[in-house]
Amino acid sequence: MSATLAVARRRQVNVWSVVARTFLYSFLVCLGVVVIYPLIWMALSGFKDNAQIFGDPFAPPLHWSWNNYVQAWNQGVRGYVTVSVLVTVASAVCTVLISAWTAFGLTRTRMPGKSLVVAVVLGGLMLSPTVAIIPLVKMLQALGLYNTYWALIILYTAFRVPFTTFLIRAYMLDLPSDLDEAATMDGASEGQIFWRITLPLCRPIIISCVILHVLFAWNEYLFAMVFTSGSDVQTLPVGLTSIMATHGTNYAVVFAAMTISALPIVVVFFAAQRYFIRGLSEGIGK
Amino acid sequence: MALILIGWFVYYPIVDNFVVSTTDQDIYTGEVTNVGLANYDRLLHDPIVLVALWNNCLYAVISVIFQVFGAFLLAAIIEDLRNERWRRLWRAVYFVPSAISITVTGLLFYFIYQPQIGLLDAALSRLGLGQFVLPWLGDEHTAIYAIIAMSQWQGFGYSTLLFAIAIQKIPRDLYDAATIDGAGPLRRLWSITFPLTREMTGLMIIVTITGAFQVFNEVMVMTAGGPNNSSQVLGTWLYQKAFIEDNFGYGAAIAAVIFVLTMLTGAAQLWYTKRRRVQL
Repeated sequence: MSATLAVARRRQVNVWSVVARTFLYSFLVCLGVVVIYPLIWMALSGFKDNAQIFGDPFAPPLHWSWNNYVQAWNQGVRGYVTVSVLVTVASAVCTVLISAWTAFGLTRTRMPGKSLVVAVVLGGLMLSPTVAIIPLVKMLQALGLYNTYWALIILYTAFRVPFTTFLIRAYMLDLPSDLDEAATMDGASEGQIFWRITLPLCRPIIISCVILHVLFAWNEYLFAMVFTSGSDVQTLPVGLTSIMATHGTNYAVVFAAMTISALPIVVVFFAAQRYFIRGLSEGIGK
Repeated sequence: MALILIGWFVYYPIVDNFVVSTTDQDIYTGEVTNVGLANYDRLLHDPIVLVALWNNCLYAVISVIFQVFGAFLLAAIIEDLRNERWRRLWRAVYFVPSAISITVTGLLFYFIYQPQIGLLDAALSRLGLGQFVLPWLGDEHTAIYAIIAMSQWQGFGYSTLLFAIAIQKIPRDLYDAATIDGAGPLRRLWSITFPLTREMTGLMIIVTITGAFQVFNEVMVMTAGGPNNSSQVLGTWLYQKAFIEDNFGYGAAIAAVIFVLTMLTGAAQLWYTKRRRVQL
């Protein structure tokens, strides 16, 4: 009697767990659709013409023509992409080199006032761009850097060095120091140790830092908007809003331009997911 | 080198901001006059500052609900799946919007919320919810909520990923032991996962609140603070005053408010991590 009861009860539990699982799975799927569908809609709308865009938004495009994409590319997007690539690459290289060198100094050398430097660099993590924006405008105007991409390269570097140094420093602290001791005995200078030994050993975290930086610089909006006004020095995020302003009525071209600017970063993310996740978990975990 | 760079472009401007905030510059002559605390006095009597502050708080509260607690639950559900491939897929799928620039997602949702061409109103009328069809961004009562909703859409995958990383660090044996002792999934969630990721939860709450007081991009792209200033946040009001109306002094005063608010949350973060260190 009690045995059958137990069996019945277990079966009931099983039924409930199946119901719960089905519910959870469908929840995950629905949420996935909510997340992905708008992006697909954006890419598809880039293939439509305006009449279709004002028609049923759920309908697929009637004919697959790349016209809007080509038009978006030729009417500005190409220039914005060039500036974005330039600013992103230049600031990524500067940020990572400066951060790695600072982290090296902080972990590998006997430098006076180290803890003060650590405090200053890490304190920079808390300061936000919004608060600094007005003085920065005045400063960059005085320096003659206003409306050049140097402004963006310098600012992206300055505001990202604290975070990047923080990540690389944490990684260097865990590296064994036997190798540089051996190199010092062989008469290597600090510079040689940095380039030949420490930097190669830090490759994984360097890659993570580059990816995090690329994600930031490619998408940054506030600085890019405030510090550039000519269309020849504008990055993609700002360029998009000006395309929106000039092609305001030709929605299809705007959709195409949006898709073009989102695609590279999504590809980078999927290609480098592993490094990206490491960067995040190092950054938050310490 | 790094010190000079950070000192010059990160620290100095923040100090200078306070100096600017006590001045008033004549836009025609460029003459700068010292006005003391007049800008702050004006700030206290500016009704839009209250609206902006309220909207920032709304942002903070809603983001904590979805991007901290919602993301925690979602991460727990994903990490409970048995197949590693599925886990990786969901984490990546939900993350995609966070990789895309806020300008793109902001513009995208600007279109989605549009009554004529947008997905949202079309979906609502298909589902027979025609009475809820609205010009979401054009209505004073819904604009800020529409913006916050898009921000949740974009941001929850990021925090879900972080929580997933934290959950992966919990030793599996704990779950096995609990299962043998007859603990159901909810019990395991409440008694193992939640307490063991509490550090991450605390940190995420602080980070999310800090972010909520610096919001700028999405509001700028979607409504620029309108209609009728109903969706202004401190960041966009600063922009409006300093760069549209050329009132640097008043803009700097608003910046100072943002600075104080983020310093408070920053101090909370320091205190929290210190306390954690001591416990360990």
